[in-house]
Amino acid sequence: MRIAGKGLIDRSKPVRFVFDGVGYDGFAGDTLASALLANDVRLVGRSFKYHRPRGVLTSGSEEPNALVTVGNGAAAEPNVRATVQEIYTGLEAKSQNRWPSLSMDLMAANDLAAPFLGAGFYYKTFMWPSQFWEKLYEPIIRRAAGLGALSGESNPDKYERAYAFCDLLVIGAGPAGVMAALVAARAGADVILVDEDSRMGGRLLAENCEIDGVPGVIWVDRVLSELSAMDNVRLMSRTTVTGAYDGGTFAALERVGHHRAARHAGLPLETFWRIVAKRSVLAAGALERPVAFRNNDRPGIMTAGAVRAYLNRWGVVPGQKVAVFGNNDDAHRTARDLLAAGVHVAGLIDSRHNAPDATGFPVYKGAMVSDTTGRRGLESITIRSVSGEDKLATDCLAISGGWNPTVHLTCHLNSRPVWCDDILAFVPSPSGVPGMGVAGACSGAFSTDRCLREGAAAAVAALEALGKSAPKTQIPDAEDAPYAIAPLWAVPGRGRAWLDFQNDVCVKDVKQAAVENFRSVEHMKRYTTQGMATDQGKNSNVAALAILADVTGRAIPDTGTTTFRPPFSPVAIAAMGAGAQGKGFAPERFTTSHAASVERKAPMIEAGLWYRPSYFPVPGETTWRQSCDREVDMVRHTVGVCDVSTLGKIDIQGPDAAEFLDFVYTNTFSTLKIGRARYGLMLREDGHVMDDGTTARLGAHHFLMTTTTAAAGQVMRHLDFVHQGLRPDLDVAMVSVTEQWAQFAIAGPKSRELLNGLFDADLTDAEWPFMACGPVQVMGVRGRLFRISFSGEHAYELAVPSRYGDSLFRTLLARADTLGGGAYGMEALNVMRIEKGFITHAEIHGRVTAFDIGMERMVSSKKDCIGKTMSERDGLSGADREQLIGLNPVGAVKQLTAGAHLFNADDDPVRVNDQGYVTSVAYSPTMGHMLALGFLKNGRARHGQKVRMVDHLRDLDALCEVVNPVFFDPDGERARG
Amino acid sequence: MRFTGLRVLKEGLTGNRGWAHHWRDPAPKAEYGIVIIGGGGHGLSTAYYLAREYGLTNIAVLEKGYIGGGNVGRNTTIVRANYFLQGNSEFYSHSLKLWEGLEADLNYNVMHSQRGLINLFHSDGQRDAFARRGNAMINQGDDAVLLDREGVRKHLPYLDFDNTRFPIYGGLLHPRGGTARHDAVAWGYARGADQRGVDIIQNCEVTGIDIENGTVKGVQTTRGAIRAKKVGIVVAGRSGQVAAMAGMRLPIESHVLQAFVTEGLKPAIDHVVSFGMGHFYISQSDKGGLVFGGDLDFYASYAQRGNLPMVEHVMEAGMTLMPMIGKAKVLRSWGGIMDMTPDGSPIIDKTGVDGLYLNCGWCYGGFKAVPASGNCFAHLMATGRFHGAAAGFRLDRFRTGRRLLDEEGTGAQHNLH
Amino acid sequence: MRITCPFCGERDRREFYYQGAAVALERPVADAGEEAWDAYVHLRDNPAGVTKDLWYHESGCSSWIVVTRNTVTHEILDCTLACDTKSEVSI
Repeated sequence: MRIAGKGLIDRSKPVRFVFDGVGYDGFAGDTLASALLANDVRLVGRSFKYHRPRGVLTSGSEEPNALVTVGNGAAAEPNVRATVQEIYTGLEAKSQNRWPSLSMDLMAANDLAAPFLGAGFYYKTFMWPSQFWEKLYEPIIRRAAGLGALSGESNPDKYERAYAFCDLLVIGAGPAGVMAALVAARAGADVILVDEDSRMGGRLLAENCEIDGVPGVIWVDRVLSELSAMDNVRLMSRTTVTGAYDGGTFAALERVGHHRAARHAGLPLETFWRIVAKRSVLAAGALERPVAFRNNDRPGIMTAGAVRAYLNRWGVVPGQKVAVFGNNDDAHRTARDLLAAGVHVAGLIDSRHNAPDATGFPVYKGAMVSDTTGRRGLESITIRSVSGEDKLATDCLAISGGWNPTVHLTCHLNSRPVWCDDILAFVPSPSGVPGMGVAGACSGAFSTDRCLREGAAAAVAALEALGKSAPKTQIPDAEDAPYAIAPLWAVPGRGRAWLDFQNDVCVKDVKQAAVENFRSVEHMKRYTTQGMATDQGKNSNVAALAILADVTGRAIPDTGTTTFRPPFSPVAIAAMGAGAQGKGFAPERFTTSHAASVERKAPMIEAGLWYRPSYFPVPGETTWRQSCDREVDMVRHTVGVCDVSTLGKIDIQGPDAAEFLDFVYTNTFSTLKIGRARYGLMLREDGHVMDDGTTARLGAHHFLMTTTTAAAGQVMRHLDFVHQGLRPDLDVAMVSVTEQWAQFAIAGPKSRELLNGLFDADLTDAEWPFMACGPVQVMGVRGRLFRISFSGEHAYELAVPSRYGDSLFRTLLARADTLGGGAYGMEALNVMRIEKGFITHAEIHGRVTAFDIGMERMVSSKKDCIGKTMSERDGLSGADREQLIGLNPVGAVKQLTAGAHLFNADDDPVRVNDQGYVTSVAYSPTMGHMLALGFLKNGRARHGQKVRMVDHLRDLDALCEVVNPVFFDPDGERARG
Repeated sequence: MRFTGLRVLKEGLTGNRGWAHHWRDPAPKAEYGIVIIGGGGHGLSTAYYLAREYGLTNIAVLEKGYIGGGNVGRNTTIVRANYFLQGNSEFYSHSLKLWEGLEADLNYNVMHSQRGLINLFHSDGQRDAFARRGNAMINQGDDAVLLDREGVRKHLPYLDFDNTRFPIYGGLLHPRGGTARHDAVAWGYARGADQRGVDIIQNCEVTGIDIENGTVKGVQTTRGAIRAKKVGIVVAGRSGQVAAMAGMRLPIESHVLQAFVTEGLKPAIDHVVSFGMGHFYISQSDKGGLVFGGDLDFYASYAQRGNLPMVEHVMEAGMTLMPMIGKAKVLRSWGGIMDMTPDGSPIIDKTGVDGLYLNCGWCYGGFKAVPASGNCFAHLMATGRFHGAAAGFRLDRFRTGRRLLDEEGTGAQHNLH
Repeated sequence: MRITCPFCGERDRREFYYQGAAVALERPVADAGEEAWDAYVHLRDNPAGVTKDLWYHESGCSSWIVVTRNTVTHEILDCTLACDTKSEVSI
């Protein structure tokens, strides 16, 4: 029901929205909860376990009951708090966790079965027969559980991430927060003031109070307008600080689009902020807690502070006859405000015998509410006092069990809050988050006056720490009402008294957990699910703890608390992972030949972060194998061109460069002549192979190392470590030039013919023998030429600065075309390297030693190198290790597969008989059959033997002959010739 | 007391007044035959199997906080047997078989749910590596199915098959893989051990290990000295500190691993799904929360909490792989301390001190290992001989390089496994 | 988490690669023996408290940095270039 003249809503702007298919009217400034209450809609949801009818409990993000799904189709958003969702024209919301309808929910049968569904019942049953768990019990439980549903469709909305830095982050824009921001901003500090609400002001928006003689709302608007005019201040409403992390880093979620009727194309729905603040002030306020009593969960029962907020901020009263029940002075404010607004106050029930008097409504001192009636909405309450039990007709009960300071963020770095007997609540430990001050209600200071003072003081402390002087600030006049409270967590009596409303955890569940020896607060939480609902225990944890303390005979501080962990309130995965959907998850790296390759219809495949061409189809080819076979044949007989720029290239210079290379490679580079390249093997310090590649000596003090594509980053890191961390005495410098050079392999018998004409002088074998390298002028561009081969053919690699890569690639292809050659892709490259027995990271997969790949003689005995000592350990060589071998199929075998395992010919294919495995396979058009590389126990001694290759997954069982892994041109004459 | 459906009904009808403690809270005795340091999953299961398999009941499990408060209570609950190196595969296979009988064995519903685990691969090279793994699983007697892209689509139609950064080539399905209710595993083992006479002593921190002439004599605790003939150290992330009490330096670095759970949602993900390119794995709990995690935060830590870069990276992986989870809201994040070894595989071994045994180094794979770890460690402590399924978990493999169990192939850098 | 690179200033943790304990700087000589090498490559003090570990400013200036850090609180106490630490130790 709306109260005339009350509230901050804009009555000139009506808003039409839909809930569960029914249209309602509200006003701009309403939340879905306030608008529904204004329309006397009390039943808005169902609880998790018992499917109890539920209404709005709170007026903030801590709401456990009024969760709805907003929107339709892919954009539907489950578990939206109706207390936070602002209404807009066209808003469509639906209730959740009910079937077929909110008012007729068949799952409410669970409520009748409640005696059998108490704490932890599922640990004691559903065990027989065992296969029924997956088939029967679990599907039923899964369907019954859960709240809202995901749409099942890909997220259609835009989310963003943003970064901010400031001197002072103020969290919460109530009286304490705005005061802190004002003092700091006037002193010239860079201030960010954030508040989770759509409108800043905190409880000043919800209370009937004055500051400096004007209503609190007016005062706060004046301060905010001063702040918003300052360049050093950023005001962020609808922004929740969700986590405190190390180094003054905070996570914050800004809700940018949820209150807009149309999803604005340019705006995200949400922005996830990472804010780095030199200092921070937490002014997050406090949250009111309910009292547990029988049937305290009916629609119409709300926290007293929420009732005041609906009245004062939204002009709504959630009932005709309102009763108030509490154990503290604050409850009285609710009754007074209601009375002043002309609402019928049926009575104030105060558990304290010394409760203050009041006029205008009956006060039941020393009394408690012990039960209620009304299945879909509150109808009456039972008041128990020394004189017996009375029934009171009421449709709204405002309850206050006291206020809990919002200590959460102070605990995110593992600090525990401290119990304060004065307010019967936890307050922040002083050293919770480095650089964070705490002010106002979240530190336990509940009056407006104290909030203002603490806010100013926190700002002064922060300014001091920042080395800024604080201006003298007048603290505005405001109420300093006392706050007295007496313990009341649960009203004694039979029946179910709710603590965790959403998860349906009742007082008896906590008691039962204690009986079953789940006495640690963490055990109780996990056994009963207390505090694990979407409100993260904000409404119930302290009361549950108090009850556990009581039944286990401990004081509350001795019982402890559960840990507070980020996020403060739930955050969408799409917000924290903004930008990654689709291709944004990792950078895409493109070679300079990418466009030309795509023009030639080459399928581009991922190679780490790079894209490389798989093959270059020509008309008539319908499968990759046809293209691949042709490309292999082309390279073996004429010439092919392939972009090899993705290999890591590291430029190494300095007088000690050669000595440095001798230390990182197993073999020797100091003996390498200028103008020559050498294959190098690199170990990890644990003696296993890290990477391989060729390194060229371009000058006395100048080397160019190549790494595999996969290990480029790792090798660069490693070289920097070896230099800076182990050998800073060496005068050498190194830098990755992978992206600076485009490099192309020109391979095949006609490779020299292809290149001749590009350079100032023609290539000759005498000047450019195998493994030669040096500078060349490529059509006037300074390039580098390397006579190296990964195909086994007479081949070169030609490098030019990247900006010439596209043009060079096209030039090379044009020349190749005239010679009957062309481009080749990764498939053909892979086939040719297998034919030659060259290893890649399929073979050097991290568990392999130089011995395993037959290169133990490359570990020089004349010098130390990284990994040498550990490679000499017993376990890293010897006959029982699996060694690199080649496999040829025996007989009419059509298929070999990588990932198959090897067994002795007569053995069963089971683990204990395992002899090795296949790493790489290819159909070799050169040899005319399948080839494989693999590892086999004692494999080098077994050339000529037959082994059984078994691939259970693909149902293959083939006999193979173990052979030398170099299938083609084992003497390397083609590459040298 | 035996737990049955009938018992739940009977108690429900009589006001649930007949329930009793799941385990006792005894005061520590002055002497035990065996003291297990650490009341986590591995320690409790060790005590359970010592009692059940070897009839040893003069045992105390000492826990510095509350039982099950470490990694068994803060993981992503995945149970699988999909290792490929000999030494690992037989162990996890043994563990999975124990899981399959665990509820009947413990009379405790740990909700072991064999819903199937799918490891996705995103390149030919990854497919080959998963094929090797799948074949190793079948060689061991476990189950594996290689799915192509369409096979994956049939199981997981909600993945992004069109726009994702690393296209889905296929997946390795492990039908017997799944999840379990993590806390219940600790409680079930505690109850089973307690029923057989084991003393579970909470809030009892070990502050020293008494050794005389190379033989263990007992432990010092915050609740007094306790003599023991044998002591087992089973303290996961705290292994380095406790082993140091016995003068040992371990090949372990402790790291934080974060995990996440969303608000409860109606069933959306029926399997355990693991993303081969993004260090991301996810399942949905029976309560409806999406439970997921990623990689280590990568720096040594004992804080049981992490930082934003890995949080965001994990969310990013989820968004590129399955953008339908975007509107699920993360409710809680937490961190566990992982005892990372140089090869990513655990240690179950004797030590240089007679009567002192060590069980640690589970990295971030300890949950699924709980049954077999306790079972094999109990075998070692009771008989002095290595259990056949855990014979490869010896400490000296690092020194000798013999039979290293480096499944990731990343070498002796602790945080890379 | 923020790390102060001696060259680049305070930067987000995301710019850095973490390797492990700074013991990696103290490489034994080749013939130091099995125990020394096992200790170097595998064994760790792994303190719950202040430790020194190695970070690489991979997305920045490529410096290897010895960070003195508390593993319980994540407080960062000092950042020094590895090459500087190294020259103090060995030269």
